[in-house]
Amino acid sequence: MSVPTDLDERFRASAARSGLLAASYDVIESELGPLFAAVTDRGLARITFDPEPERELERVARIAGPRVLRAPRALAATRRELDDYFAGRRTAFDLELDLRGLPDFTLRVLGELARVPYGQTSTYRELAGRAGNPRASRAVGTVMNRNPIPIVLPCHRIVGSNGSLVGYGGGLERKERLLRLEGAML
Amino acid sequence: MAPVATIPPFETFYAEHAGEVLGFLRRRVGRERADDAFQETFLRALRAYERLRHGEHLRAWVLTIATRVAIDAHRRAGEPTDELPDLPHHDGPTAYDELAFLTDALPAKERAAVVLRYGYDLDYDQIARALDSSPDAARQAASSGVRRLRRRLT
Repeated sequence: MSVPTDLDERFRASAARSGLLAASYDVIESELGPLFAAVTDRGLARITFDPEPERELERVARIAGPRVLRAPRALAATRRELDDYFAGRRTAFDLELDLRGLPDFTLRVLGELARVPYGQTSTYRELAGRAGNPRASRAVGTVMNRNPIPIVLPCHRIVGSNGSLVGYGGGLERKERLLRLEGAML
Repeated sequence: MAPVATIPPFETFYAEHAGEVLGFLRRRVGRERADDAFQETFLRALRAYERLRHGEHLRAWVLTIATRVAIDAHRRAGEPTDELPDLPHHDGPTAYDELAFLTDALPAKERAAVVLRYGYDLDYDQIARALDSSPDAARQAASSGVRRLRRRLT
């Protein structure tokens, strides 16, 4: 038998309130299609364009532990800020982030990435330099490709030295749409 | 050594067992109280989930929790737990459901043992945990329940 929707939602809401969840996730509708987003008690831990949450679920459980549940209530702030961003009402995110488990270099690069302002672009090489290793632009590319929280950590603002878009974990089309949304010069 | 099942994300566990647990609770405590008992069961499971050592027997584990929640619900309602009320249920019947009415008149422990053994196919170790007793006592409760049913039917 299936569980009635209202009962299912009630349980998910109480689970979110209980403080017993290691991580909560939901699928958030956006301009770019459905986004899988997961938060822990430390903050937003993951956004992906992956339409199959099961795979992401396993990944989040490996980092946060097995108490992971779809609990839309826990994603309220994330959903609101993303909605505002896509509506052009927000140019910076105020969400706490959970980046635990990432190597130092990755954290340094993501830290510098977070400073690239809305509507502007930077290059892989520049970012490598700011993270302390100007010759590591290829490694920076890898970090961008594996960015655990795209959109909020704006890897779409990083382009090639010749101005080409180069690549994007969510596909080049999404990168271009994000840059156009922000009014960046392409 | 057989590989030990890893603990699935709670979402996967919940999605797999929620329906059966709700059906079980509706039969045990009635439709009206089943929703609260359902929440309580999965919140208790969530609280205990961290302490699980492996992902085996999760179905038996959650039915055990549900059994305890049902017993608590009867206690809170001030109902004598060895006279469980005749409970209506409206879910798609399983093979066992068609015989469930027979167990309604059994004393609580015998009824729980018979239901868990023959309705949900738990073994006596698992039933013992659900009823906070020993496997021998669980086996005895199930067999005296079955004897009582036979007497009633002949």
